[in-house]
Amino acid sequence: MSALRLFGERVSLPVRRRLVVVLVGAVFVLLGGALVSLYTGNSSIEAKITTGILIGDYAGASPFEVFTVLDVRLPRLVCALVAGFALGVSGALFQELTENPLGSPDIIGFTGGAATGAVLVTVTAGGALVGTAAGALTGGLVTAALIYLLAWRSGLDGYRLILVGIGVTAVLGAVRAYALSRADLEQATAGLRWLSGSLTGRGWDDVAIAAIGLVILAPATAALHRSVSRLSVGSDLATSQGLDVPRARIAIAVVGTAWVAVAVVVAGPISFVALAAPHIARSLSRASGAPLFSAGVFGAVLLLLADVVALRVFSPTQLPTGVVTAVVGGAYLLWLLQRLRRGTA
Amino acid sequence: MPIGSRRPRIRRRVFAGAIVALVVLALMSVMVGPRPISLESALAILSEGVAGSSGAAGRVDGVVLWSLRVPRTALAVVVGAALGMAGALIQAVTRNPLADPGIIGVNAGASLFVVLAVSVFGWSGVLATAGAGMLGALLALLAIVVLSARGRMSPLVLVLAGTALAATVGGVTSAVLIVDSDAFDQVRFWTVGSLAGRDPDLVWPALGLVALAALAATAIAVRVNTLALGEDMARSLGTSVVRTRTIAVITVAVLCGTATAAAGPIAFVGLTVPFAARAVAGTDTRWILTLSIVFGALLMLAADVVGRAIAGTGELEAGIVVAFVGAPLFIWMARRRSVEHL
Repeated sequence: MSALRLFGERVSLPVRRRLVVVLVGAVFVLLGGALVSLYTGNSSIEAKITTGILIGDYAGASPFEVFTVLDVRLPRLVCALVAGFALGVSGALFQELTENPLGSPDIIGFTGGAATGAVLVTVTAGGALVGTAAGALTGGLVTAALIYLLAWRSGLDGYRLILVGIGVTAVLGAVRAYALSRADLEQATAGLRWLSGSLTGRGWDDVAIAAIGLVILAPATAALHRSVSRLSVGSDLATSQGLDVPRARIAIAVVGTAWVAVAVVVAGPISFVALAAPHIARSLSRASGAPLFSAGVFGAVLLLLADVVALRVFSPTQLPTGVVTAVVGGAYLLWLLQRLRRGTA
Repeated sequence: MPIGSRRPRIRRRVFAGAIVALVVLALMSVMVGPRPISLESALAILSEGVAGSSGAAGRVDGVVLWSLRVPRTALAVVVGAALGMAGALIQAVTRNPLADPGIIGVNAGASLFVVLAVSVFGWSGVLATAGAGMLGALLALLAIVVLSARGRMSPLVLVLAGTALAATVGGVTSAVLIVDSDAFDQVRFWTVGSLAGRDPDLVWPALGLVALAALAATAIAVRVNTLALGEDMARSLGTSVVRTRTIAVITVAVLCGTATAAAGPIAFVGLTVPFAARAVAGTDTRWILTLSIVFGALLMLAADVVGRAIAGTGELEAGIVVAFVGAPLFIWMARRRSVEHL
């Protein structure tokens, strides 16, 4: 195990320990963000009363305050954490799959596919939650299969995959724009909010869907971890080590798309979190290989911080969280491209 | 690649054929719609004004034709020509066959400024929104040019940078629209990219601006041609690289801003049209520009007619039809290996 050296030779941390330190730091940031999103909001509630409500002591709290804390702020917080985690994990999976730091699901277009599936279900069959979830999952998988099929040409080239993804994303965008322009204004505004990726109005049924997703996907991802880290040294070497590379790739694509679908159902199509979280996890922890879990943790950190910003900037008007991630993430991608061109990333 | 001596004849034939197709499509465009108008009656009304129509039904035909269909057809031609020309210019300047005003974020910049003009300043006049669109397009173009000026940028990196720019700018646009729902109601049909229900007064200003830009493009066509050989070669041939680039960028901004203000953000015309024009015209920028103007008008008009014809009483917006035609071409081009090295 390689060691990180600080201050010459005097302090030296093994990389594994550095990862632990980074994760503990991330948890503290998460706690801070959670406190802000639980204790502040448009309806000002005294901190003492909020604490009371959270520990089950409702004395002195009005029913409205109980509702605000337990059924508005708390589910929103949980949704932000789960969706962020899902995005981070899927980003790490797809970046390993495409062997490309830009190969995250939002750039390739899977997020757009899941969003289109969900919008089409909402427009044609009403907005039942299970239907939306099924639509997002189907849309994501169909789009993924389509993009892979179109990008396949005696092998899968990461750059070709991204370009094909951009083309398919444009068509999907046209489909969504069409669906939106056909709805009445109220539905269309709600649709625009949803399509920008919003955590407003999340309730416990959203949390339930997310929990089901977590329960299914966490073991599946853990089972995949071995083949992901073998793939991370390159497909040729992985084959020589006895890994069935095509099968492993398909499994990674399915699980990664399922994570995207969970995030899309809970929070709408949030962009750039899946791109940035694995990079941050990798550069902070300096771990080699696939940072699946830490990417998930940093995904949760990013989305929670973005949500806090979205709530506060134009207060009392709430921005969709995805607007914040799009503005910050787009700028991040521009910076990343400059670095990639100079070969320093 | 055909031998050079055959090229001029092919160009002229394709050009003539495209003009004929444009006239036929324009006729179809005034006939097709929720109220179909027969060819005889359309021709009679067109040649003699509303007086050419007979009977009450004929008079309605006359009004529909002159107040709705003819302006709309003219607008489709102007917008298509503008986008085709803009695509050809931006591809020549960036030397990137995948550069499209929609893909590299220029339309997103124009959209943001149009939305700001509507929302913050409450402007709704044609020239005001067109001006705002031009300013936004110019700023987005400047960002892309500055990014791509530092060393040569591969087509892929330019596309990705444009996607990132479009995402950032688009995020700000949605933020504005979500905060201001009146503005959203005004622009949500416009953001699809459509020619339906446009103000007929748009036609003349848009035509004037596009004609001006076409003059500028013609004036620098030869110099853009030498620019395609590389900056050093262009300089040694006496071309002022900076001045040519500047004129080209401003021209593209005028074209994209006008088109976006008139018809909304429409992607893929600027990608597909120069691609087809290059296939016919070879490397001569003057011919690429000429053919791009005609092909662009043709594609936009065809998309508008198809959108009206297949959707029955409603219609499919031209921007959506164009995306369905253009995106497959983009994907096909992306699949070719040579794209990386152009």
